[in-house]
Amino acid sequence: MATSVFALEPLWLALLLQALAAVLLFLIGALVVGYLEHKVLAHMQDRLGPMEAIWHGIGQLPADGLKFLQKEDIIPTAADRWVFALAPAVAVVPGVVIIAVLPFGPGLWLTDLDAGIFFALAASGVTVLGTLMAGWSSANKFSLMGGLRGAAQLISYELPLVLAAAAIVIQAGTLSLPGIVEAQHGFTLFGVPMIYGVPHIIGLGLFFVAALAELSRPPFDMPIADSELIAGHMTEYTGMRYAFFMLSEYAGMVILSALATVLFLGGWYPWPGVGLPEGAAGMVLGFVITFAKILVLSAIMVWLRATFPRMREDQLQRLSWSVLIPLGLLNVVLVATAKVWF
Amino acid sequence: MAAPSLPGSGLLKGLRVTLKTMLSPATTAQYPHVKPELPPRTRGVIALMEENCTVCMLCAKECPDWCIYIDSSKETVPVEGGRTRTRNVLDRFAIDFALCMYCGICVEVCPFDALFWSPEFEYAEVDIRELTHEKDRLRAWMDTVPPPPPLEEGAVPPAEIEAGIAAARKEAEEAAAKAKSVAEGGAAAEAQGPQIDEELFARLVAEGTPERAARAKAKAAFVKAQKQRAAEGGAPTAPAQGEAKAGEAEAQGPQIDEELFARLVAEGTPERAARAKAKAAFVKAQKRREREEEGGQ
Repeated sequence: MATSVFALEPLWLALLLQALAAVLLFLIGALVVGYLEHKVLAHMQDRLGPMEAIWHGIGQLPADGLKFLQKEDIIPTAADRWVFALAPAVAVVPGVVIIAVLPFGPGLWLTDLDAGIFFALAASGVTVLGTLMAGWSSANKFSLMGGLRGAAQLISYELPLVLAAAAIVIQAGTLSLPGIVEAQHGFTLFGVPMIYGVPHIIGLGLFFVAALAELSRPPFDMPIADSELIAGHMTEYTGMRYAFFMLSEYAGMVILSALATVLFLGGWYPWPGVGLPEGAAGMVLGFVITFAKILVLSAIMVWLRATFPRMREDQLQRLSWSVLIPLGLLNVVLVATAKVWF
Repeated sequence: MAAPSLPGSGLLKGLRVTLKTMLSPATTAQYPHVKPELPPRTRGVIALMEENCTVCMLCAKECPDWCIYIDSSKETVPVEGGRTRTRNVLDRFAIDFALCMYCGICVEVCPFDALFWSPEFEYAEVDIRELTHEKDRLRAWMDTVPPPPPLEEGAVPPAEIEAGIAAARKEAEEAAAKAKSVAEGGAAAEAQGPQIDEELFARLVAEGTPERAARAKAKAAFVKAQKQRAAEGGAPTAPAQGEAKAGEAEAQGPQIDEELFARLVAEGTPERAARAKAKAAFVKAQKRREREEEGGQ
């Protein structure tokens, strides 16, 4: 198996490059997916979306970022200042941290942890903390309700996410994300090279629905339900701090799409059994293929957002605890049985 | 769609709708780059046909928010062989579009077709005082007033247009008749061998003039008469022109002064404005023609 391109000799240089790459990937991924959402959502609503910034509104999000920078940074008098100020950073950190273990191509990962998938899911659980901190410290009833809804939602949907991933781990026999991609590369279903997504169709569905809920994206956007809670835990935030929350949402789309790509769609390989050329060409091609898969999944997330209305809070909880989690457990049992059988 | 018993079919139906909408072109009009296609009766701005205004003040009186300002003065007009008359002169006509609520009552109420709606709407100002458009500015809007829509099929054309067509047709007929008579006269004359004034010849012979002298005299008289007739008949192309004019008047829906229109377009005036001006010129010319005719009869 290929080693990371960041495995350089002086450790400080490797660390510096890794940190830089993680932040860049985080920002670029968020901007690209953000633009995708702007445009796809607009066209699904029979409009054009941003059209003025540079070319077809391609510079809209950087321009928005510049605007956010100029905004006044308001901290409510009654707010818990330190927690309030820290919450956006806490929301952003898990995203950057998870990028560290995501493989974007052969050798294109920052580090290959043996427990990569475990690390990624654990880190994504930290997002709850940011939401709760923001909700609690804002001294605003809407923020508080949004924060509590967010906490309840993120915790209950962590389970189906983990169960779907656990089934893949049983199938692949490894927790390492590049390892899962390589294992999937050699996977055959009745002699036909196949991505995990086909036999794990239940797992893919579970993972995708749970990912939507984890990201608080419609139809699971109760924590920020704008018609009920203004903006949930983000109600009191302005300027750059608010932009951080938005950034972490878009980056979250990239990250969970990337995870789904690795677990179910064959990672950087166009199809299991179809190899990539050696060296730099393979890296570039692998990166392009990975990113294309990520964009397709993100576009589906936007598609669902454009189509479905928000669910009610109790419907959301019932869906998770009485449908998704039993289904996830069943999925694990089935996969484990099949793994032993064949 | 699938039977309602199939769970989740509604979700797929919804997904299909959004996907179809995404793949069809958006209805958004990129406004500042693409100007809107406004219907001709759009209430954009009110234009003033200053020449038609008689300062009757009806518009200013009927305006619900009193945003029309009119100043006028009397002018004495000397009349030959009679006592002098007074005439109203429009000194100021202004509409404050900051107050105007675009009800269009002034346009409706104007008895002399001096106020019109124009679809132009881009006249926002930084200073609210600039929204009071004075006479010259209101007159300039007149260039943007679209021509009236073509009449419905089978509708009775307006009286002035009908009169214009009738006048043109009459003119053409007269010219054609004259040309015909000239042509007939010419043909008859050619048929005769030595062309002479038969009547004069007979008279002179009866009076005892020698036949040769009488024939010469009669011949001279005939040629003279023919020349005179030719001069009266005018150029031989006249009937064709008259006919063409009548045909043109009938063929055109909204009648405009083609020559003026072409010149204005060449000068760079927007086509709509040019058409409006040309139309105004045409109607004016037609009215003048009518008046002359009435005076002649």
